[in-house]
Amino acid sequence: MLSFNILILVATLYVCFLFAVAFMADRRARRGRLGWLRSPVVYTLSLSIYTTAWTFYGAVGSAVRNGLEFLAIYLGPTLVFVGWWWFLRKLVRIGRTHRITSIADLLSSRYGKSAFLAVIVTMLAVFASTPYIALQLQSVALSFSVFAEASGGEGGPSLNTTALWVAAGLALFTILFGTRTLDSNEQHHGVVTAIAVEAVVKLVALLTVGAFVVWGVASGPADILERIAAADISVKSASGSRWVTLMVLSAAAIVCLPRMFQVTVVENSDERHLATASWAFPLYLFLMSLFVLPIAVMGLAEMPAGSNPDLYVLTLPIFHDQEALAMLAFLGGFSSATSMVIVAAIALATMVSNHVVMPVWLYFSHTSVKLSGDVRNVLMVSRRISIAAILALGYGYFRFTGGSGALASIGLIAFTGVAQVLPALLGGLFWRGATRRGAVASLLAGAFLWAYTLFLPSFEGSWLMPLSVIEHGAFGLDYLRPRALFGAAESDPLVHALIWSLGVNALIFVTVSLLTFPAPLERTQGLQFVNVFQHSSGRGAPASMAVASDDLLILAQRIVGSETAVALFRAAAREQGKSGGMPDPTREFVERLERELAGTVGAATAHAMVGQLTGGATVSVEDLLAVAEETAQIMEHSVQLEAQSRELSRTARELQRANEKLTALSIQKDSFLSQISHELRTPMTSIRSFAEILRESDDLSPEQAKRYSSIILEESIRLTRLLDEILDLSVLESKQVVMKTESGNLSAIIDRAILAATVAATPDGKRPLLIERDQSAEDMSIVCDLDRLAQVFINLISNARKYCDAEEPALRIKASRDKTMTVVDFIDNGTGIAEQHRDIVFEKFSRLTDASAAGSAGLGLAISREIMRNLGGSIELLRSSSGVAFRVAFPTAQPSAANSL
Amino acid sequence: MSDPSGPQFLDVRSYRRKRIVDAAKLLPVIGSIGLVAPVPFFFASIGETGQVVPLALYFFGLWLVLIVLAFVLSRILLGDPAADE
Repeated sequence: MLSFNILILVATLYVCFLFAVAFMADRRARRGRLGWLRSPVVYTLSLSIYTTAWTFYGAVGSAVRNGLEFLAIYLGPTLVFVGWWWFLRKLVRIGRTHRITSIADLLSSRYGKSAFLAVIVTMLAVFASTPYIALQLQSVALSFSVFAEASGGEGGPSLNTTALWVAAGLALFTILFGTRTLDSNEQHHGVVTAIAVEAVVKLVALLTVGAFVVWGVASGPADILERIAAADISVKSASGSRWVTLMVLSAAAIVCLPRMFQVTVVENSDERHLATASWAFPLYLFLMSLFVLPIAVMGLAEMPAGSNPDLYVLTLPIFHDQEALAMLAFLGGFSSATSMVIVAAIALATMVSNHVVMPVWLYFSHTSVKLSGDVRNVLMVSRRISIAAILALGYGYFRFTGGSGALASIGLIAFTGVAQVLPALLGGLFWRGATRRGAVASLLAGAFLWAYTLFLPSFEGSWLMPLSVIEHGAFGLDYLRPRALFGAAESDPLVHALIWSLGVNALIFVTVSLLTFPAPLERTQGLQFVNVFQHSSGRGAPASMAVASDDLLILAQRIVGSETAVALFRAAAREQGKSGGMPDPTREFVERLERELAGTVGAATAHAMVGQLTGGATVSVEDLLAVAEETAQIMEHSVQLEAQSRELSRTARELQRANEKLTALSIQKDSFLSQISHELRTPMTSIRSFAEILRESDDLSPEQAKRYSSIILEESIRLTRLLDEILDLSVLESKQVVMKTESGNLSAIIDRAILAATVAATPDGKRPLLIERDQSAEDMSIVCDLDRLAQVFINLISNARKYCDAEEPALRIKASRDKTMTVVDFIDNGTGIAEQHRDIVFEKFSRLTDASAAGSAGLGLAISREIMRNLGGSIELLRSSSGVAFRVAFPTAQPSAANSL
Repeated sequence: MSDPSGPQFLDVRSYRRKRIVDAAKLLPVIGSIGLVAPVPFFFASIGETGQVVPLALYFFGLWLVLIVLAFVLSRILLGDPAADE
């Protein structure tokens, strides 16, 4: 009989062999001779960590208990891989383009590099994976104990001790090869190669045991088929809904399980490998399950009653004294367990250190990334501690549950847990409308329901969830029973839990996504993820380029190591066409660097680190608002400036106009002065001349003397009148005159004016002026300065007398009024005023004809105009067909005022 | 997905490749139907005695067909370096 010690020896040798394989592969990879290390075969074999010890041993047990149900666990992944063009191809492309390091990193990246989301996924993955790791430890421990019993039960260590040793050994292996390098693409050539070897071992082991059972124990396939048909293997517990549930679960698990994501996406080096895996991996699963039924049937038939069907693979060869075969079967199971634990530990440690430890460390280090110590060291240490902690957790779980429960049920619970990621994952890859809030809400709800309906009840009563809650619902509320939520009548707890958790999860995901609005970064990331095939080159969020390359190099050195960083920067500099030195921190370069760093520390952390240097690469809504506000301020300022400038130019124009006016006034004043001196000079000259004659000539006759002195007198009177007029005009122009307000009758005023104007003798050779009036129309009461108004009328009538050149001069006076203005027209029948003179009739000293100028200084109309202006009215020259027509207008007095006066 | 700015008619090679991609996309759909649709029928017709063999043979047979089809399609698609949409 196989001694337990030999078993230990073989197991140890096998482990040493794996160490050697991993070491060699790592060395080859570091020398850059990847070769077959990166072949599609190795890739496909590495995927085989899907078949864990649960599958290796447990499938037979499942077949014994539930018939064909075990097939569903393989058929789900088969469909996913056969349909690689739909989903896996996109997933892998995104993973490679964005340097995704884990499933948590993927979701965090997709939803705007959300650190919180990454933490949720990480926690969920740890919770779901811990029992799974415990399961592997249990299976290895169990298989050891089988050998211990077979070899006479002498001195075999307890299950717990074995499990502890296995956990410690796995931790050592994982730390050695899993954290050997912090590759920017997070690929572990050594580990992957070792896993590929293990995959071959377990396949060979299972096929050999199967062949032995079919041809060694039974007598060929036909016999086996007969035995299966006759056996007590039924499909009675496998309902249709459970079948579908298992297919959905396993299909979800193949993409959502952290370890599967690690080997499928992260460790993928060539997308074309996926094409090979699309048929090769289903084939592997096919072969793995081919002999499950025969082994189950033969185990049932041959093994003594009460033996554990989960261990038939191992116990059947031992029963038939096939030591070597038993050893091979043991190694197969051992391989299944260890490869799963190693990859799961790596994947979980990556997630924990990138999404939990690093952010916390960055937060508490209180210094900027640039000044702090070597991030690389921190990362490495946190990875190693995380691996140890995860294995310790698994071992703790194993001790806590005491190795109870059928293997398969723990596996399915873990599957259901990680499947909660599925809605957010699918939505993130195919729906641009998926938002971070939707993902967070759906994950939290799904995780809660999973824990409540499946995970916690699986302990069958513990301090976490007492039996009373499981049987009667939380708080004694019947509709809260974990296995019949709201009275759902599903007998199978797994189907019940999956429908509830995934259903509510997806519903919340869609609803919240529809109701919320994604942040700018989320939208750019969403666009890149959903349309990854359109822009695989990847354009990230715009980063501020106010960063020196030196700072980036220091940061990169801390994270990816000095050599890699320098090589990266050199390559970038060459690409930018520089012979040496630093590359320019262009947007493309910073984005690429961020992706490289994301390969080591995760997208969110890398983004935060680069963001620290680039001064906030994240374009938050607040940033955009600030920019918008600044722009608005600048625009407002420029509007103000424009208004000011308009104001200034207006003022300038006004000043110019004022200046022109002043200049014109000055010229006017000069000409006025010269005119007035001329006007004064004429009478003065005649006065002086006649005064001189009177003084000098002694022989003047008294008549002559009298005539001369009367001329002097006339001229003096004229001079005085002229001065009076000038004075009057200046007073009127300066508007210092106060107009009296008196009421009177217009007709009386006109009477007075006619009398005053015609009292003087009619000029020689002229016929007296005929005045036509309509007394009744004139009969209206007015409120005005009556004397001044009369003065205007007198002026107009005397002008008509003086200048009307008609044969029989006549003047028509026409009065009318409306509500606002009273109008009096003076129209004579002369030839009128020539067009070119119309403008100047109101000017001072303007006399149109010298002939009739006698006795007039030409100020009359100017004075009249000023009087009317002072009265609030006007005087203007009308365009009439014949003669001169003046119109005098002044405000009509208010009726009330008129009546009262 | 067709590029709206692309040509309306493709040459025979491109056309053929697009149909291969269609087939690759259809394969998991057909597989799902094949694996799920007859299940109620089978589970109903198989009694307590456990006539499990025909059911097992059907599933394994379909499985093998899927693998072979996937193999063929992946060979063709692998030969096309520009199989991207």
